[in-house]
Amino acid sequence: MAGGARSGREGWRYRGNVAARAVIGTVGAYAVAALLATALARTLAMPRVEAVTVATLLGFVVAPAVTIWAFLARGPWRAAAGVLAVALPLAAIVWAAGSPA
Amino acid sequence: MTAVREGARQVMAWLHGWTGLLLGWVLFVMCLAGTLSVFKPEIGRWMRPEATAIADPAQAIAAAGNWLSRNAPDATGWYLAAPDGRMRTVEAAYDTGGAFLYRALDPVTGAPVARETFGGEFFYRLHFELELPFPWGRLLASLAAAVMLIALITGIIAHRRIFRDFFTFRPRKGQRSWLDGHNALGVLALPFHLMITFTGLITLASLSMPWAISAAYGEDVAALYREQVPGIAERAATGTKAPLAPLAPMLNEAQRRVGGAIGRVYVLNPGDKAAVVTAFRADSGQIGYTPAEISFDGATGRVLAEWSETRPAIQTYNVLYGLHIARFAPWLTRWLYFLGGAMLTLAIATGLVLWIVKRRERAPLSLANRILERLNVGVLAGVPLGCVAFLLANRLLPLGVSGRAEAEVSVALWTAAAALAVGAALPPRVAWPLLLGLVAASCAIAPWLVPLGQGDAALRIGNLMLLGFAAAFAALVWQQLRRSSVPVSRRAARAAA
Repeated sequence: MAGGARSGREGWRYRGNVAARAVIGTVGAYAVAALLATALARTLAMPRVEAVTVATLLGFVVAPAVTIWAFLARGPWRAAAGVLAVALPLAAIVWAAGSPA
Repeated sequence: MTAVREGARQVMAWLHGWTGLLLGWVLFVMCLAGTLSVFKPEIGRWMRPEATAIADPAQAIAAAGNWLSRNAPDATGWYLAAPDGRMRTVEAAYDTGGAFLYRALDPVTGAPVARETFGGEFFYRLHFELELPFPWGRLLASLAAAVMLIALITGIIAHRRIFRDFFTFRPRKGQRSWLDGHNALGVLALPFHLMITFTGLITLASLSMPWAISAAYGEDVAALYREQVPGIAERAATGTKAPLAPLAPMLNEAQRRVGGAIGRVYVLNPGDKAAVVTAFRADSGQIGYTPAEISFDGATGRVLAEWSETRPAIQTYNVLYGLHIARFAPWLTRWLYFLGGAMLTLAIATGLVLWIVKRRERAPLSLANRILERLNVGVLAGVPLGCVAFLLANRLLPLGVSGRAEAEVSVALWTAAAALAVGAALPPRVAWPLLLGLVAASCAIAPWLVPLGQGDAALRIGNLMLLGFAAAFAALVWQQLRRSSVPVSRRAARAAA
């Protein structure tokens, strides 16, 4: 992206790049945090109020990390792939764990 | 490797600038109001100079309960905060006749104090509700806090020389000076900035990150609340009336059993057979919020539930929460919180100015940036002006006026709105000194408007701080007026040579 910045900040390619990363870094980051929080709340072996608290706090830790990743990755496709690589297993856990009784 | 790191730094600098700009003004309001909220009880005392009576927490709550039994017996709840060494009055939030009221009650008579005001509660609410309806204010505040966290992290990565920035300041060099100032303010208190932003984010977690909660509890929020605060006995009103048993014995029993002074007291369904009185241990004795609570049957005074917090995750959350609201802080720590908050507020303000200065030094400002520049003036000078106007209104509005507390808030908001309009209408080189001059003048006037011979240490220290702010803002104005005259004289000198 830095190279893109030098070769033309106004180009549509550059704008698309930034827009894609912005979406991955906001929607993607929040989705990963929400999935992690949900997965942990359903799987952690502790009283549910404790599990919910741990899960929520870790959600807040993981979200900014994903945002930074979205802008540091080599390209928007890589950024998206990285987010999916974390989000999909989490979604699978959420699905497999199901709703608590 | 170098190329990658160079690129990363540029990307982070870019992201830092844009995230900062996006919600910079909202963050400025939040940080300014939050910084003032560190002294919420003292601001309350400054704004109620007539309330000088002192009573211990249990007595004061009992007095408040007596007055409320007569004046708000139909309430669904009284939410009371007991006086302590910092606050004199009982802060009461309750509903009566469908309206939700907030009043400061005299600790001896239990009646509302004459000078009806929200006091420090105004800044406290502004800090995370931004004068917007629920839940939008809190959601915007959450979003701003998240953006702030990103801006801080990207700011750190964008820095080549984080330690040298500690000691770098090159005054009177335009963009460089603003950058140095911004960096110093941001870096010097960086651990504080990160702590306060992260803990601020998690205070609104149930609203901004509700997914774990809904995964485990579904729609049953009441169940979550019961498990989070097990010492609160919750039960529905029966509809059968029963007088509230005397509060004093319950509160004394509570102080004995929770092992310290009581802070908050909730009375739910007062006057009903199912009334519940819950007393919480004061937040000032430990970092963690809500360390212990006990509930009594309101009609009989019998203990219904009792809890002392020891669960590791909940305690972690409570400590993070407590770190943010800083009620644990002894006086020195409190001043450090204030200083850290002030630095963060100034870091945001200088960052917003820097956005414009940087672009102006490169080329003439685009239309969008000229609009941003004018909005900067309106917000950065107008919000402080609104805050001081709130204090002036507190002194100038007649005591008996109905809706007095709300009128103070209206004065604050309309003043800020007027400042925004002035900032938009006048060129910045005029609007800056004009609005900042008004802030300085208002800060200088406010200390003299209280009847002589009233008040206490909080009033005197508050007045000294206002005079200090007046001097600081006056110095800023002087700087600006001098700077705008310098180029002219230099040009004249060059022409003469």
